[in-house]
Amino acid sequence: MHSAVRMLESSYFGNLPGVGEVHTGTTIMAVEFDGGVVVGSDSRVSAGEAVVNRVFNKLAPLHQRIYCALSGSAADAQAIADMATYQLELHGMELEEPPLVLSAANTVRNITYKYREELSAHLMVAGWDPYEGGQVYGTLEGMLIRQPFAIGGSGSSYIYGYVDATYKPGMSPKECQQFTTNAIALAMGRDGSSGGVIYLVTITAAGTKQEIILGKELPQFYDE
Amino acid sequence: MLHSAREPQGGFSFENCQRNAFLESSLKGLRVPHARKTGTTIAGLVFEGGVILGADTRATNDSVVANKNCEKIHFIAPNIYCCGAGVAADAEMTTQLMASNMELHALSTGRKPRVATVSRMLRQMLFRYQGHIGASLIIGGVDITGPHLYSVHPHGSYSHLLFTAMGSGQGPAISVLEDRFKPDMTLEEGQQLVVEAVTAGILEDLGSGSNVDVCVITQAGIKIQRAVSTPAVLSKRQGKYDYPKGTTAVMKETVTPLALEMIEETVQTMEVE
Repeated sequence: MHSAVRMLESSYFGNLPGVGEVHTGTTIMAVEFDGGVVVGSDSRVSAGEAVVNRVFNKLAPLHQRIYCALSGSAADAQAIADMATYQLELHGMELEEPPLVLSAANTVRNITYKYREELSAHLMVAGWDPYEGGQVYGTLEGMLIRQPFAIGGSGSSYIYGYVDATYKPGMSPKECQQFTTNAIALAMGRDGSSGGVIYLVTITAAGTKQEIILGKELPQFYDE
Repeated sequence: MLHSAREPQGGFSFENCQRNAFLESSLKGLRVPHARKTGTTIAGLVFEGGVILGADTRATNDSVVANKNCEKIHFIAPNIYCCGAGVAADAEMTTQLMASNMELHALSTGRKPRVATVSRMLRQMLFRYQGHIGASLIIGGVDITGPHLYSVHPHGSYSHLLFTAMGSGQGPAISVLEDRFKPDMTLEEGQQLVVEAVTAGILEDLGSGSNVDVCVITQAGIKIQRAVSTPAVLSKRQGKYDYPKGTTAVMKETVTPLALEMIEETVQTMEVE
């Protein structure tokens, strides 16, 4: 998406991005179910009008059962994810047990909040821990909010109606995966800076499972 | 004798950035001088035995070719090489810094350098400078974990890919790679494809030109070939433009000796001890 017309959920006037700057201009989504979460993203990274990577995995592991989904400026998002991964690994060693998803979300939120004037990225944190089960946290602009499901990135604007209409509490893991896949596919169909393939990660007590949905396997919707 | 008010200090000086941004926005039509970019085509791909990197050899200063045969494939470690695009000085200095740090890191850890380490050090440094270091780099190498190819952008974002191209000629180059790349190609096929990709950049992009340099990195070692191909051959001059002595007739010759008076003679002995 062109930097001047970026449809971020927030409006940054302090930090105007340059023409060559690389953006993930994305669609990301996370859904909670009983016993875990499903996180999904598209795979397009754009710099201005050019696509610099069409197979980029925007789901970054922060810890064994905690993932984050990247959106916004690619450099900022990757840097935040690297920092948070490092801090969480240390935190986990100090605790001598895997950190809580809430801790991970707070780690990300603290970085995002402290440097909110300089940074231009939104990381959604989702995972499973034995205390609260599956959780999804949005950390937009430095806030911390737990939601049953969350969407983000420039493509999310096109699917608010779809997700609000389709979501129902108590969905099974399979239904959540289908819900996420459909929503991201719809957003990819309408947002210029979302596209490529769909990466899906399902996190449960048993572990994490990654899937990649390519080409013909993508759900087909009305397309003239 | 004129002296500057402050002695030049090391490091970057960002004093004028705010003023420049203000001038650019308030004075319409103001052309701010830009740092010299390499206006490049660089490309890389992973084949069955390792990594192949390719680059053109033209360095431009706006629309003038500053260097017809510059080297854009830089040494990082014996098993890792790096192609640089963007601002020439930034790419050069950054890769030299990385090479130096990688050697120290290898000595300190007692392990052979890894491509992932170079990529991480690079992006952390570039992110710290928030894009002011205009270096776009393709890092390729073969380490203990296998062959790897990374592309790093000036702001610090990175991608871990099987093939990539960067620089002003990246469009044509990536088109060629998208069309003909297959995983696990042989060395000959891979090298041919890299040369074709860089050639596309040279022919289609004004900022890229001259020859194609190739660097092949395998478990066994590296092989750099300068000027593997020269796609655009200079046309032959149609005529000779040298005029023989005597073409212009001399009508009159006047010699005027200048009367110089020696005022002072000093002898300074050289210390030869």
